[in-house]
Amino acid sequence: MSPVADAKVIKQNMIAPGHFRLYLFAPEIAEAARPGQFVHVRCGHTLDPLLRRPVSIHAVDREKGEVILFYRVAGRGTALLSKNNSGDTISLLGPLGHGFSMPQSHARVLVVAGGIGIAPLYFFLQEIAVSEISADVFLGAATQKQLFFMNEIKESGHRVVPSTDDGSTGYHGTVADLFEEYVRKSDNQNGPVRRGDDAKVYGCGPSGMLKRLTDIIAAAGIPGEVSLEERMGCGVGACLSCACKARGGKNGVQYRRACVDGPVFPAGEVVWE
Amino acid sequence: MSGVKPNLSVNVGGILMKNPVTTASGTFGFGPEYSPYLDLNRLGAIVVKGITLLPRTGNPTPRLAETPAGILNSIGLQNPGVERFISEALPFLADYDLPVIVNIAGDTVDDYALLAEKLSRASGVGGLEVNISCPNVKKGGMQFGSDPAMAAEVTRAVKASTGLPVIVKLSPNVTSIVAVAEKVAEAGADALSMINTVLGMAIDIKKKRPVLGNLLGGLSGPAVKPVAVRAVWQVYREVKLPIIGMGGITTAEDAIEFILAGATAVAVGTANFVNPRATMDVLEGIENYLCENGIENIDELTGLAQKS
Repeated sequence: MSPVADAKVIKQNMIAPGHFRLYLFAPEIAEAARPGQFVHVRCGHTLDPLLRRPVSIHAVDREKGEVILFYRVAGRGTALLSKNNSGDTISLLGPLGHGFSMPQSHARVLVVAGGIGIAPLYFFLQEIAVSEISADVFLGAATQKQLFFMNEIKESGHRVVPSTDDGSTGYHGTVADLFEEYVRKSDNQNGPVRRGDDAKVYGCGPSGMLKRLTDIIAAAGIPGEVSLEERMGCGVGACLSCACKARGGKNGVQYRRACVDGPVFPAGEVVWE
Repeated sequence: MSGVKPNLSVNVGGILMKNPVTTASGTFGFGPEYSPYLDLNRLGAIVVKGITLLPRTGNPTPRLAETPAGILNSIGLQNPGVERFISEALPFLADYDLPVIVNIAGDTVDDYALLAEKLSRASGVGGLEVNISCPNVKKGGMQFGSDPAMAAEVTRAVKASTGLPVIVKLSPNVTSIVAVAEKVAEAGADALSMINTVLGMAIDIKKKRPVLGNLLGGLSGPAVKPVAVRAVWQVYREVKLPIIGMGGITTAEDAIEFILAGATAVAVGTANFVNPRATMDVLEGIENYLCENGIENIDELTGLAQKS
């Protein structure tokens, strides 16, 4: 029986204005969590705001029993969450949802993260590093100060190619543009990415970016997985609030639940609005 | 506190429940979604997601908007249809010892009759909840529930098609819920459940357009509780049918308010999303309240506030 965990806040750090890393003591969740899964977080202790907020698991420290979240303040719920300090208690449900599939050891892993989208992919990169798989990470943000965890990711053995919308660091443009050039270019370090060379893309970011990413990898014939962000009610598959359009079913398109069928879906299955 | 455990069992129009706590349709799926969080056998009954004759894909997204102490939803009765419900969802609940109440919704009176007939032939159904109050579907739904004569016609058609206990779920979006309840009672309903969601709306002032894909939605959660308690109070005075009270029940205290107003049983809805064990917390709290107040039988509490 899954308990509803009352997790103690170990610490909460502001990484940049409006961006927080929250360390929670929740050993059972830390043990069970897989990259791409989320916890459903009660941000306050009163009935307003009412609903929990789905927050992707950013990292775990299984030895210490820690679950780490990285989130951006986007509304009343996350604003309340950011006020929690060490010693406070936060109610968590989880780990929930269907996460990323783990790549084969010989796979060429390409990670594409836009903005806060690095949150769940960081956990993914942490886990594959344990299996000695290194990835090419395309990390995009509006500006240099929002390119989060670049050094930490490099230290765990991955290559990072940054992009910023304002050109303050790395490629000047969106991470989707950067990735498209990379896929197309034949003179990059590892040669062009082609169908059948065991490349796989893992993406998370704003929906506009993910839509472009999906188009790019479809054109190149590379498989991929994307993590979607949806408003959720229950988080356990009951309320059907987080329905998102996917290929399949009788009419070719059907609603699937981001909370239990996702939040990670094969890129080719998502029908973008 | 006395050492005697109070008697929590209730009879809702022929549905025997070991305790008065059930689930509000649409907030608890078909059972498996919440079975990791609580022992379903401890529920007095389960009311499953609304079922239609044919599968429904539901409404466009977004389907959910959070509002002060509540939520607006416009799911639109997404469900696998009655045939797949019977073959795929119902068997899971056969392993549990609790009445399964199936919420049914139709576009026409005949749809309701046919649904009742099909579900009566399936094994493992303990009762029907007739949904004449869904605000999120174009045809049927609330149209039936807002016209007392139509509500009665649907009730008669369902009663004629089944031997199962028939609960009719009423809408608060009417001028007089008592008028609808009276007609439904005359038409042979065995019990009433109230309230369905309150028709509402939210507008995104940045995008300058409605938040919900379906524009309007149904409000639920703590925000609607006073409306629901009032509805139970009014109907209990005029109609002699057992009532399943619901609308914003989050704690045992909320549930006890409904029972004091006239409810025989209570359903937990939106609170399940916040606390998957809300039904259990409500149940334990009711039991404690009865012990503390020296009440041996939960029935003694029903409508007690009307007598003072």
